[in-house]
Amino acid sequence: MKTRHRRLLFITAGVLALTGATLLVLNAFRSNLVFFHTPTEVAEGTAPLEQLIRIGGMVEENSVEKTSESLHVSFRVTDFDHSITVTYDGVLPDLFREGQGVVAEGRLRDSVFVADRVLAKHDENYMPPEVAAMKLDEKAQNTPKKYYK
Amino acid sequence: MIEFLNMGGYGAYVWSAYGIGFVVLLANVRSARAYYRKQLARAIARRQDSNT
Amino acid sequence: MRIWLPLQRLVSARYFFEFSSRILPWLGWVTLLILLTGLGWGLFYAPTDYQQGESYRIIFIHVPSAWMSMFAYMVMAGCSAIFLIWRIRIMDLFATSTAPIGASFTLIALATGSLWGRPMWGTYWVWDARLTSELILLFLYFGVMALRAAIDEPRRQGRAVALLTLLGVVNIPVIHFSVEWWNTLHQPASITKAAAPSIHLSMLIPLLLMALGFTLLYLYMALQRTQGAIIEQEIDSTWLQERLSNNTIETEGGTGK
Repeated sequence: MKTRHRRLLFITAGVLALTGATLLVLNAFRSNLVFFHTPTEVAEGTAPLEQLIRIGGMVEENSVEKTSESLHVSFRVTDFDHSITVTYDGVLPDLFREGQGVVAEGRLRDSVFVADRVLAKHDENYMPPEVAAMKLDEKAQNTPKKYYK
Repeated sequence: MIEFLNMGGYGAYVWSAYGIGFVVLLANVRSARAYYRKQLARAIARRQDSNT
Repeated sequence: MRIWLPLQRLVSARYFFEFSSRILPWLGWVTLLILLTGLGWGLFYAPTDYQQGESYRIIFIHVPSAWMSMFAYMVMAGCSAIFLIWRIRIMDLFATSTAPIGASFTLIALATGSLWGRPMWGTYWVWDARLTSELILLFLYFGVMALRAAIDEPRRQGRAVALLTLLGVVNIPVIHFSVEWWNTLHQPASITKAAAPSIHLSMLIPLLLMALGFTLLYLYMALQRTQGAIIEQEIDSTWLQERLSNNTIETEGGTGK
């Protein structure tokens, strides 16, 4: 390959890479910078309810209801001010559990959020089960603040 | 042993993650060394040229 | 300015080369030892996580790679700044050597994060601020490498690449603070300067060992690449040819895998 051709190839690659990066930034800024809305934003109407949105919060304790035959599940997502009932047909991620963070993607229909996708949100804590048991009280006080800013 | 490889059901994810890390880093180590040796060989060849 | 003398020597290609030759074999073995210890500890000895089970062991690769992806970029940017201001050529060579290594760490961070995300979050990929900004970092590394390959004239090449590297540095705080500034799916940092780490000591030690091992591995590879680059540039210089005829150059190029 001639030097000129090689240079052309690399310039094209460089321009493509930079364009790609810029497009990604713009895309991120347009709609995805806020990855999810809180139940409070939904209740107050500040979330764009007419389109497909994501809502995030904590799975309320004792709110998960599963039907044994199908994959249908319903649970409540809360930010401790407001909460929304979410229904979902599908496989839940392994980290999904009551008292943990969750992000659901879907639409609000008659004050029930019908999710197409449910993602679990992990907190920043890593510890062995024994330590977790000991820290349970302390953790219950700390976690809510960290999820909802 | 089987239990260890299984990683509590996450074996496929854990081992592919470690595999990717190992392969990419090994390729890096090798390419760094290959580059060094190539330049060294070039320099040695240059010296022998100038001697003759 | 006597105190500057050792530094001035180190930044001359010849002394940098000799310094690297001396430490590379040691560095190689120490790196290997630390990495193996970290791996063994992380895979066999560290306890299971209370929420994630065994899948959390991916973080021993993921987190150090993610740190290194940003650290390497900061080193590259620092070298670029010094090169632009003082025109110290060795800085340009070191930045050149860093780019492919940094790109590799970014790639590992993205791939392993994805493999953790699938079982835990329920998805390989989301376009949240943390993941997107890390992907942009990968593109920045590619951009820097492509730009260098595109310009043949050495002077312009070094300057243009250094400028692009410095422009891209805005992305680093964005990656770091993305989990605090915006709602993201990605969790906040477990280890911060402000508070005690929210990762248990039994898991923190192997994590830090791996991070140290990756840092040393980066140095090892970057030094060796820089040595190669020095030979390439100084091929006709007297000191190099003298060393070659004395047969004092390490032909194997160090230790390791």
